[in-house]
Amino acid sequence: MSTNDILKEKEQVVIRFSGDSGDGMQLTGMQFSDTSAFFGNDVSTFPDYPAEIRAPQGTVGGVSGFQLHFGHYEVNTPGDYADVLVAMNPAALMANLNWVKKGATIITNEDTFTDKNLEKAGFESNPIKDHQRDYHFIEAPISTLTKECLKNFELDGKSVLRTKNMFALGMVYWLFDRPLKYTEHFFEEKFTSKPLVIEANKKVLRAGFNFANTIEALPRSYKVAPARIQPGTYRNISGNTATAWGLIAAAEKANLPLFCGSYPITPATEIFQELSRRKDMGVKTFQAEDEIAGICTAIGAAFAGNLAVTTTSGPGLALKTEATGLAVMTELPLVIVNVQRGGPSTGLPTKTEQSDLLQALHGRSGEAPLVVIAASTPSNCFDFAFQAARLALEHMTPVILLTDGFIANGSEPWRLPLDSDYPDIHVPHATPEDENYQPYKRNNEKLIRQWAIPGMKGLEHRIGGLEKMDKTGNVSYVPENHELMTRYRDEKIKRVAQYFPDIKLKGDENADLLVIGWGGTYGHLYSAVKELRKQGKKLALLHFNHLWPLPRNTEEILGRFDKKVVCELNMGQFADHLKVNIPHFECEKFNKMQGLPFTIIELMNKFNQLLEEK
Amino acid sequence: MTQEIKKLTPKDYKSDQEVRWCPGCGDYAIMNSIQKAMAELDYKKEDVAIISGIGCSSRFPYYMSTYGFHSIHGRAAAIASGVKTANPNLHVWQISGDGDAMAIGGNHFIHAIRRNIDINMIIFNNEIYGLTKGQYSPTSPLGKKTKTSPFGTVEHPFHPGELVIGSQGKFFARTIDYNVKLSTDIFILMAKHKGTSVVEVLQNCVIYNDGCHAMLTDKEHKEDRTIVLKHGERMLFGKEKDRGIILDGLKLRVVKLSPGGFTENDLLVHDAHENNPGIHTMLANMRYPDYPVALGVIRDITSVTYDESVANQIDKIKKNAKFKSMRDLIYSGNTWEIKE
Repeated sequence: MSTNDILKEKEQVVIRFSGDSGDGMQLTGMQFSDTSAFFGNDVSTFPDYPAEIRAPQGTVGGVSGFQLHFGHYEVNTPGDYADVLVAMNPAALMANLNWVKKGATIITNEDTFTDKNLEKAGFESNPIKDHQRDYHFIEAPISTLTKECLKNFELDGKSVLRTKNMFALGMVYWLFDRPLKYTEHFFEEKFTSKPLVIEANKKVLRAGFNFANTIEALPRSYKVAPARIQPGTYRNISGNTATAWGLIAAAEKANLPLFCGSYPITPATEIFQELSRRKDMGVKTFQAEDEIAGICTAIGAAFAGNLAVTTTSGPGLALKTEATGLAVMTELPLVIVNVQRGGPSTGLPTKTEQSDLLQALHGRSGEAPLVVIAASTPSNCFDFAFQAARLALEHMTPVILLTDGFIANGSEPWRLPLDSDYPDIHVPHATPEDENYQPYKRNNEKLIRQWAIPGMKGLEHRIGGLEKMDKTGNVSYVPENHELMTRYRDEKIKRVAQYFPDIKLKGDENADLLVIGWGGTYGHLYSAVKELRKQGKKLALLHFNHLWPLPRNTEEILGRFDKKVVCELNMGQFADHLKVNIPHFECEKFNKMQGLPFTIIELMNKFNQLLEEK
Repeated sequence: MTQEIKKLTPKDYKSDQEVRWCPGCGDYAIMNSIQKAMAELDYKKEDVAIISGIGCSSRFPYYMSTYGFHSIHGRAAAIASGVKTANPNLHVWQISGDGDAMAIGGNHFIHAIRRNIDINMIIFNNEIYGLTKGQYSPTSPLGKKTKTSPFGTVEHPFHPGELVIGSQGKFFARTIDYNVKLSTDIFILMAKHKGTSVVEVLQNCVIYNDGCHAMLTDKEHKEDRTIVLKHGERMLFGKEKDRGIILDGLKLRVVKLSPGGFTENDLLVHDAHENNPGIHTMLANMRYPDYPVALGVIRDITSVTYDESVANQIDKIKKNAKFKSMRDLIYSGNTWEIKE
C-alpha cells in the first residue's frame, strides 16, 4: 500500500456481499469476517440466502448475500444498513438497494451490467446512472480482469470465473486496510492437493487489492481500529456449530456417549453435519428416514443410556409431536433442538422467525409439560445447548432448545470457555441390583425418577406410552392415579425453575420503558436500548432465555415497571405466554413477521414513540 | 466363594403382570415360544430389550421380565434401531403386528431392514386390526369384508416376505402361532443371525378374524398345505411325503412323486444362504391353493451390520483423531488471543 493514502478512522462498518447463489458470496463474507476478527475487531455476521440452491442466474430470486458488521467496540448485531455493498450483478443490486445507507460505496461487476441482465433483474433503466448522486459507485470489470489475470493458468473458463469473488474481496480488503495473509493461508489449507487452485485464488485476490489501490475511482479508504474486548482466546463461531459443540461438551462432562438421530432440514442441518464429523469425539449420528424416526431413534438411545439428541426446524418439530409426548410419559432425558424458521408449513426455510414458541410449549397431545429454553446469540448457543443437556439429564425430561435461522447461521467471535467454566452434570442413574428399585419412584427434591439402563442387572423394568402407576410403573387406568401422575409431571417441570439463575435486568432500574424479548432478538434489542440510553433516555431490557418454566423472579421484576413492550418476530406468542402465567401482566407489543431480524432503527423508533405516549 | 449361576428357565422370563390377551388368542403360544427360545439361548434378562409399537401384540413387553419398551404406533423399528445403535451389546427384539410394521410403521420397517441393524423383528400377522376392533390391515386379502370394508377391500395386500426381501432383507422366516416347536427353533436361528431378521408369525385373532389361517392349521390338511423349508434339504411335503417343488422354467411348480415320474432327486434343495433373492422371493410368495405355504427359514445370508459398521468407523477414526477432548476441539483451527 502506498504511504500517502489517507485512512479514515471509522468506529464501525457494515458490509454486504451479494451475488448469484453460485458466486461464492458466503465464502467471501466469511473470509472478510475471519480476517477482521484476527485483526482484533468485534464482528457479527448474517448470511442471507435463497431456499433454492441455484435459482436462475441473474434473477433477484437467486441472490445470495452475506452481511457483516465490525467495529472497534462491542458489536451486537450484523447491522441494519450497509456502508459498503458488493453487487456482483444487477439482480444483487436490485435485491439490496433498500439495505444500503445513502452515500454508501457500491462496488459492481461492470461486466455483468448488460441490458439483458438489467432487464432480468427488473431494472427499466441503468440504476448506476439513476442513483449517481445517492451512492458512490465503483464500477470494476471484475470478470474481464479475473480472466486476464489467469490467462496463463491451465484452468478451464468456469474455474477461472469461479475465482472472481476473490477479486471483489481483494478490493474490499484494500478499502479497509486489511492484510491478505489470512485468506491466503485459508486457500493453502483448503486446497492442499490443488496447488494451481491455490495460486489462482491468491493471484486474483492480490489483483483485486492492487486494482483498488491503483484506480482513481477509490477516493477513500477506511480503517477500523481493533476493538476493546475482554482478554482471552477467541474464535469465530456460528450458532449451529456452537450448538453441536455444546452438546458434545455436555456428553463429555456427563461421561455419557452422545447420540443424535436427525433428518436433514434447513436451517438446522449444520448441527447434524457437525455432529456427524465428530466421530473423532465418539459421537454417534443416525440419519433417519424421517423426522419421526429421528426422534424415535433418539428416544431408543436415551432408553439405552446415551445422552440423546434430535435436531430439527419447525415442520420437523410438528412431526415429532407424538414421540415428544412419549418422552414426556416415559420421563427420559432428551434434547430437542429446534432452529426456528418462517412458518407455517414449508414457509420461509432460509429466513428467521420466532413463531414456534407456542408449539414448543404446548404442541403435544394431552398435558405434556417439558422444559423450553432459548439461546440468544450465535456463541451462547454453546452454553444453552450444554444447559439443555444438563437439564434433560438432571431432571429426567425432554428439553426443547429454541434457536433460530438468524443466530444459527450468524457468527461472532467467541471467547473460548475453560473446562472449569461449565458445571458438572449429575446423572441420576439407578444403582444396579438395588432391590428397592421402582421405575416411577420419585425423589422428593426434584420429583424425578431414577434412570435404570438395560444391561444393569436386577433393574429390569418396562416403560411405555400408557399411563403408569405411581412408583411401580405398571400400566394403570386408575382414575386418581392419572390425576396424580399428571400433577407430578407438571410440578416436576415447574421445580426446574429452582435451578435457573434469576433473570437480570440490563439498563435503568427506574426505566420509563421496559423492553422485553427472548431468544435470538437479543443483539438488536440490546443495541436499540443502548443507543437510546446514550441519548439520555431511561430504558431497560429484560431478555429471557428460560421460557418454561419462567425464572422465579419474573413476576417481581415485571411488577416494577409501568410501561412494557414485548418485542418478538411473531404475532405476540411470548406476550401471551406471560399474560397466562404472570397475574395482571399487561404490555404493548411490537411484532415483525417478515422473515428478517428487527432493525435497530425500527426498534428505536418504536421505543421513542412509546416513550412519548402518556 | 464361587456363586453358581443357575440357568434360566422359560418361566423366568415371565413378568408378574396379568396377561390380558383374549382367551384363545394366538399370542399366548407365540409368547411361550419366545420364552423357550430365550432360555435356550441362555440370555441374561438384563441384556434383553424388547421393543414394541401399538396393537394387541405390542403389549408383549409388559409380560416379560426383561427390559422392555411399549412405544407408539409404528415406531418400534425406529426405537429399536436407536437402542441397538446406542448399545450393540443388548439383545434387541421387536414385536409388531401387521398394521404396526407395515401400515403406520412401513417406512421405519423397510429402512431398518435396509440398514441391516441387528434387531430381531417378530411380526404377528393376523391380517386384521384387533385392538381397534376389526378393520382391515395392509395384509388383509383383497375383497376381505371388515368394518371399514363392508363390501370387501379393493386394496392389494403386502406380502411381508416379499417386502422384507425387496428391502434387501438378509433373514426372513415364517412360522405359525400354534406350532411352538417350530417357532422356538426359528426364533433361535433368528437370534443367532447377525443383522435385521424378520419372522412372520401367522397368528389367529380369535375375535375379529378367527380362522384367518385355518386353511393352514386344519389338522386334516395342514401337512398338504404347508411346507417346512430346511437349509440343505429337498423341498418335500405332504402327509404322505409324496409331493415336492421343482423349478420349471422361471416358475416354481408342485409335482407329485411317482415311480417312473418325478423322484425325490428331482426336487429343489433349499439354499437359505444363496445371495440372489430370486428363489427366496418365489418361496416366500407361495400361496395356497396353488402352492403350499412355506414355513421355516426362507432366507438367511450374512452381511455386515449397521451397528457394527458404526462402532468400527468410530473406533478407526478415534484412533487417528487430532482431538481427544472438547478442549482440543474448540482450540483447534483459527483462534486468536486478545491480551490485557
